[in-house]
Amino acid sequence: MKKLKVLIVDDSAVMRKIIERALRQAGLELTEVLEAGNGAEALVEVLKGGLDMILSDINMPVMDGLEFLKNLATLDAAKGVPVVMITTEGSEARVVEALSAGAKGYLRKPFTPEQVKERVTPLLGGGL
Amino acid sequence: MKTMAKQGSQVAVPFDPSWKSLLECAALEVFEMMAGVRLEISPPSTEEPRGEQTAMVGMAGALCGMTTLRCTRATSAKFASLLLGGDAASDPSTAQDALGELCNMVAGNFKGKVSNLADHCMLSVPTVITGEDYSMSIGEPSEGVTVGLTFNGEPIWISLIIHS
Repeated sequence: MKKLKVLIVDDSAVMRKIIERALRQAGLELTEVLEAGNGAEALVEVLKGGLDMILSDINMPVMDGLEFLKNLATLDAAKGVPVVMITTEGSEARVVEALSAGAKGYLRKPFTPEQVKERVTPLLGGGL
Repeated sequence: MKTMAKQGSQVAVPFDPSWKSLLECAALEVFEMMAGVRLEISPPSTEEPRGEQTAMVGMAGALCGMTTLRCTRATSAKFASLLLGGDAASDPSTAQDALGELCNMVAGNFKGKVSNLADHCMLSVPTVITGEDYSMSIGEPSEGVTVGLTFNGEPIWISLIIHS
């Protein structure tokens, strides 16, 4: 399996660690895990290039996940990088909005490692 | 049948005592899926919630109030280890944050189970209080339900307090 460089975007440091752990439990081989606390910080990381996947929360301060997606669509460095949105809210409207804005998939908390694998693995190789 | 009242631009969802089973279900799912633990449902009791750690998540919109999760410091540390692995529990602030995230997920999972609530109720970031000598008030009138659970014999209380 390809080794991956992923970016995890969430305003909670603990949640970023929980997501990283879930990715590893799902069997993904992560060579590098970058973290950002909001969409604006995440854009800085995206511009550095080389990402295989982005996992992002929707509700965040400064720049939320939906705004992040809209900005991402304008960046060459984000071309081909799949984005998976992660939400606690259970809101269908927000998920639909995220998918319309370019997200390739979503995970609703709570999730199991099996669900992470099901949702994330098929996206590796696809992108925005 | 209950009807929904208009509150500003939001349609308020009235409190329903049957939410206790939904809250119970939401909590069991979160702990099982995220931490890999099966909590036990405590028999009905008049015992007041206790424990030095209380996580709170505010709810606003069609439902106004809060979800709380209360347990001992030791139980909170165990949850942090289960969620994050390794020595996560050695840092008290990490253990508190983990409890806050669990509370946040229980609140989010609960509102996803109530029709008309998922899209019309926002959650605050979690807050965690340390200490036992406090009382909580969200203003009258209020209603709520509390679910008693246990983890390895240690009690956990999850409450939904609604400003009605």
